Parts: sequence; structure tokens; C-alpha cells
Amino acid sequence: MADPATMPLIAVENLGVRLNTSRGPAQAVRGVSFALKRGETLGLVGESGCGKSVTALSLMGLLPDSAVVTGSIKLDGRELARLPDADYCGLRGNRISMIFQEPMTALNPMHTIGHQVAEPLRRHKKYSAGQARTEAIALLDRVGLPDPAKRIDAYPHQFSGGQRQRVTIAMALACEPDLLIADEPTTALDVTIQGQILDLIADLVEERGMSMILISHDLGVIAENVQRMMVMYGGTVVESGPTDEVFRRMGHPYTQGLFRARPKLGARKGTRLTTISGTVPELADLPAGCAFSERCPLVEDKCRAALPPMVEVGPAHVVRCVRTDVSMAAKVGALSA
Amino acid sequence: MSVFVLRRVLTLLATLVGASVIIFLVLDALPGNAAQMLMGADASADAVRALTVKLGLDQPLAVRYLQWIKGLVVGDLGNSYVYGTPVGSLIAERLVLTIPLAIMSMLITVTLALSAGIYTAANHNKLGDVGVMSLTQIGIALPNFWFAILLVLLFAVRLQWLSAGGFAGWEDGIWPGVKSLLLPSISLAVVQAAILARVTRSAVLEVLREDFVRTARAKGLGKREVLWSHVLRNAMIPVMTVMGLQFANLLAGTIVIENVFYLPGLGRLIFQSIANRDLIVVRNCVMLLAAMVVIVNFVVDVLYAFIDPRIKVHDL
Repeated sequence: MADPATMPLIAVENLGVRLNTSRGPAQAVRGVSFALKRGETLGLVGESGCGKSVTALSLMGLLPDSAVVTGSIKLDGRELARLPDADYCGLRGNRISMIFQEPMTALNPMHTIGHQVAEPLRRHKKYSAGQARTEAIALLDRVGLPDPAKRIDAYPHQFSGGQRQRVTIAMALACEPDLLIADEPTTALDVTIQGQILDLIADLVEERGMSMILISHDLGVIAENVQRMMVMYGGTVVESGPTDEVFRRMGHPYTQGLFRARPKLGARKGTRLTTISGTVPELADLPAGCAFSERCPLVEDKCRAALPPMVEVGPAHVVRCVRTDVSMAAKVGALSA
Repeated sequence: MSVFVLRRVLTLLATLVGASVIIFLVLDALPGNAAQMLMGADASADAVRALTVKLGLDQPLAVRYLQWIKGLVVGDLGNSYVYGTPVGSLIAERLVLTIPLAIMSMLITVTLALSAGIYTAANHNKLGDVGVMSLTQIGIALPNFWFAILLVLLFAVRLQWLSAGGFAGWEDGIWPGVKSLLLPSISLAVVQAAILARVTRSAVLEVLREDFVRTARAKGLGKREVLWSHVLRNAMIPVMTVMGLQFANLLAGTIVIENVFYLPGLGRLIFQSIANRDLIVVRNCVMLLAAMVVIVNFVVDVLYAFIDPRIKVHDL
């Protein structure tokens, strides 16, 4: 048995998820592997439909019943893939928690926020109604909801988007989970609120020594909030490594394209935003080789032949590309979009 | 009392006034003179005229309308042209049957519909769902009087568990009365339940797709717990709306069903009074039915506010 101090909290090995869509079966996630130690933070970046949310939901065991999960997800060495739902219920909200994108719809409009924050405490810690209420007030206070003792009996519609996201964070943290998954936690919020919420999450992760997986399509958010990052495209990880390393060296043409496509402050008025040409491929009909081959400026015949292997380009920095020699020599910006 | 309830009460009163005007005008426009009808075809013109005056039918329309409304307010509904007895007591003795019948069929409807609707939604696209939904499809297509006759053939003629018609009354206790209303209320309930089950199923399925259901699951609640504690209350709003509307159908259905089962209820009273041109009875009965429908829908409106906290706050 491995030493618990060095053993990863969560180890994902060759994860695959096949979803049944209206257009037929789609391999939403292919060969995703990563490990996360206690207290480590990992960012998942990619466009909509790249498989980042599906990866998160498979860690939570919340994929639709028809989804087929292959590979392995281990929490402290315990296999979670294909775990019966009843067993998973004991982990969700207890050892693994999740914050979702839409605070406006993530809360039940019919129940008070106090009830909703108390629910995981009653479920997992078997608190009495009174204990759970006291704890819920403390949690709401910690996440910065003003006047929690008074507002605990209010309903979600009486709060703003930012306040509701604070409530969902309180809910996710109630049982002091080991792993927090934040799926685009600030995408639906005003820019001014985004920073506050991200700071709050960062503080809480630090304070409680949690591990965190932060999902975002915003490179800025990833750069500031996580130690390691994975870039996903078409259901596969195309680049992964320490955040500053990935930002500094950018091995994959897709990562470079994403970086160039950021809107920039100070750009001349009327300048068109840079885009990656082409569209995201449908998961139901991905190309046989590299998923990015259709849109890649460096594409060669061998890219289309088979899925490129992961190439190590630096310490713990890997890129799924056969043309890293060219892409990394060219550096960011040198490639034409 | 909140502004919400007050506003609904005003709407309710306005609806009742509107209904009374329509009922009065429509019945007055019906062909056939009540006095002539009562005296028989070969009565002398003088005698018919005398009775017309006696019944107040010679008065102008507006006067007669206002007299009727005044009577409704003070509780004097006048006497039946045919029986000569007060309309109020005539209706009251029929309600002893029709109200329990309506309550029983509503209870059966709700029980069948909610259990079928929730079961099928929880087993979406599985065998049970498809099976029960096919049954409701048949249920919707059934005419209730035809289904009533089938029930009679099975339970009264073949099995002889229940009587084919008639009402035992409440004098010998509750059971004989309930027993004689069992087949009528089932036949009334089946079609309604089939519709309501489908409404319940789609309402529950819609709520199951909501984000907060996933949030609840992410807290560690099992599917069943989420269904009971998070989904149902949200799904109840459309279900209750349809229930309120169905109550009107149900009352209309009693007119047919009471005739199929020879039940001396309100529906049968209306039917007979129409045949006899006993317009004063018809008018008051129809007004009562309209009032019942309007009041049930008012109660549904107020219940929304109890179920959904968002409604109260807007209107306080």
C-alpha cells in the first residue's frame, strides 16, 4: 500500500466517456489521465464541448445513466468508476463537491437557502435540524453573505447572482470536502463580482487544504488560480503541465490559438478579434487522428493517421502533438491564424 | 390578507357577475314559454297569461335579473315552476349526493394521476413508463358513459359486488352511500386521471432537467430523495392548474353519469328541469355549478402562493 502522504488524492487513469446523443453515440472524453495531490489545484481549459464538464461530472458520478465510463477514477485508492449510485451518494457533497456555472438556476426556488445549505450536513454528518442551522449560518457568514442569521430563511429569488453563487459555495463546502470541482463558477456573473468570487474560492481552498479542479474557458482565470493546467480539445487532453510553464512555452498549436484569441485591452478600435479558423468538431464524428487536425495550421498527413502520442517538452509538461519542434520554435504569434 | 388574495377575490366576484348575466340571458333566449309548458298544450290563452303574471315572467328583463340576484344574495331562490317547492331545498337535497360524488372522483383522479405520473417520470422511457402511458392514452380516448356501462356489466351484472344504479343515502352510515357512488366516481375519474397523469409526468420530467436537481444530487441526495424533496413541489404548479380546470369537466360529467347510474343528484336535477322547462331551477343550478368552478379555481390560485414563495413576495 502506498504511503498516504504521497498517494494522490484523486487519480484518473485513461478515462473514457461515451454519451448517447441524438446524433448517435459520441466519445465525449478519450484517454484522459491525471493525478491530484491533497491541496493541489488543477485547471481545465477548452472550448464548449471539449469534454471538460463531462470529465468533471464523471468524477462526481453524475453522468446520465446511458453514459458509458471506461478507465479508472480513484479517490484515495478507492475505485469510483462504475461505483453504484447509492455508494456514490455517500461521497458527493461530502468528500467531493461541485460548484456549478449558473447560480440563478442551481438553487431550488421553493426551498429557503438555509434549508439547502443544511441539507448536506444533515445527510452526511447526521446533524440535527438545530445543529445544521447553526452551522449553515456560520458557513454563509464565511462565504461573505451579509447578515446570514437574518437571511437564512430567505428564498433564492431574493438574492443577486453573486450572492447566490456564495450560497452554492457554502453548500459545496458544508462537509469540508477533500476535492472541490468548480465548473465555470464565475462565467454567469458580472466582471466585478467574478474577481470577488474567485478570491473567495482561492481563500477557502487554501484555508481548508482542499484540492481543486477549476474549469474555465477563460485563460486569465486559469493563469491566476491554479498550479497546473490541462488544455482539452475534442475530448482529449492536448497539453498539460505547470500553469506558468504552459503559458510560457505553449507547445500545442491549439493552446497557442486559444491564447491568441483572447480579447486584448488597448487594441485599436475596430480591430477584429483573432479566432481559430473552422469550428469545433462534433463529438459524434471526430477525425481519426488528432482532433485538432482540421483546424491546425501545421497539419501534416501523419496528424490525420493516428492520435498523436503525448510528447514531454519540459518538466511535467506534455503536449499531444507530433509537430512540437515547429510549433514551439515558432512561438506564440508567429503562426498565422 | 395580502393584496394577492384581495385581487383574486375581486376577480372572482367579477367572474360570478359575468356568469350570472350570461346564464340569465341564455336561458331567457331559450324557446318555449314556461307558463305554457306548465299548463299543457291545450290550456286557454287567458290562463297562460295569468300564470305568466303570477310567475313574474311579464316583468322587463332587467327587473327580473335584479330580482334573481337579490334572491341569490339573501338566499331566496324562488319556487320551482314544476314542483312548487323552494329551489334552495331542492338543490340542497341533491347536493348531498353530488358533492360527495365530486369529492370521491377528484380523490380517485388525484391518487391515480399522481402515482402514475410520478412513477412514469421516475422510470422515463423504461417498460413501465411505456406501459402506463399507453394505458393513459386509452383512458383519454374512453367516453366516460361507455366506460360506466362496462363497469356496471363487470361489477354489478357479472360479479354482483355493487349495485348497477341508485343511491343508498347516508341514513345507514357512510359505507352504503360510498358504495353506491363508487362506480360512478370511478367512471368519472378515469378519463380525468389519464389526462392528469400525463400532465404530471411531463411536469416532473421538466423539473428533473432543472439545474437545481443536479445541485441536489451533487450534495449526495439519492434519486428518490431528490424526487420527493426537490422535484415534486416544483412540478405541482402545472398539475394544480390542470386539476382546477378538470373540476369543471368533472361537474359537467356528473350530468351524464348521474343519468347512467340513476343517481338523484344535481346533474340529474338539471337534466330533468331542462326537459320540463323548469327554468328557475335550471338557472340556479347552472349558477351554482359556475360558482363552484370559479371558487375551486380561486382556491387553486391561492394555493400557488403557498407552494411557490416567489408568488407571495411579488404581491405583498
